[in-house]
Amino acid sequence: MTIGLGHYLSVAAILFTLGIFGIFLNRKNVIIILMSIELILLAVNINLVAFSTHLGDIVGQIYALIVLTVAAAETAIGLAILVGLYRNRGSIAVEDVNLMKG
Amino acid sequence: MIVQAFFFYLFACICVASAFMVVAARNPVHSVLYLILAFVNAAGLFVMMGAEFLAMILIVVYVGAVAVLFLFVVMMLDVDFASLKRGALQYLPIGALIGGIFLAELLLVVGAWAIGPSVPQAITAPIPPLNQVHNTEAIGQVLYTRYVYFFEGAGMILLVAMVGAIVLTLRHKTRVRRQSIAAQVARTKAASIEIRQVRPGQGLGA
Repeated sequence: MTIGLGHYLSVAAILFTLGIFGIFLNRKNVIIILMSIELILLAVNINLVAFSTHLGDIVGQIYALIVLTVAAAETAIGLAILVGLYRNRGSIAVEDVNLMKG
Repeated sequence: MIVQAFFFYLFACICVASAFMVVAARNPVHSVLYLILAFVNAAGLFVMMGAEFLAMILIVVYVGAVAVLFLFVVMMLDVDFASLKRGALQYLPIGALIGGIFLAELLLVVGAWAIGPSVPQAITAPIPPLNQVHNTEAIGQVLYTRYVYFFEGAGMILLVAMVGAIVLTLRHKTRVRRQSIAAQVARTKAASIEIRQVRPGQGLGA
């Protein structure tokens, strides 16, 4: 049996679902939510690379590289915000993030 | 072909299982370690798809930088993670429901879908044969020519993220005594030492 595009897309779909499931399951803990977003972006990257290989077009891999960059930047900023939040509030629970409510 | 299938299922199963453990582990440190495992196995999948450069970048960027950053933050924050985990099971049904709907939809799309006949003619930059140009070189030939603005835009994004992260986390402590070089240089001998004649048996206090 040969491993084709559908196999990789299925793996990516499962990873994407696990990411969304993680956001719902750990909706108090911002760190796990950030990790779930990483999983979602990884699933997107697997999709991009799978289509790139299947269609024989290298642009998908370029796009995956850009997505990787944005994901790294997003993680850095997210964790910096998290550290700032912890310094100000002493907690990282999502319910305590209500400074903008007035 | 059987070897390919074996390695695909090996990488895919470990990747999916560790991704599940990322969201299900009680300890966030374990979550980060499972995230590293998931990324390493995804890099294995990338190698199987013929994207070696991206696989290595995934290991360098994610395992080397992002996961360590996560680990650093998890260990730096003194948070009672058990209290954050409490009550998480009450969101399990809605999360499972929405995740299940998502997965069903995605699998339906993957199952009942075909590439249009005009797509192979619309390829922008075809992958050259692997025995002539390897993957890294092929990416470089396209990335530095046709997509050079995207590349520089990615560099700008990283720069802005770096500056933003530093600005967000940098604190000027007022209690800390810092070196004042101007004051040190401006110090003269007359202002800093005083020569007193000490008489024997009387001392300075008298």
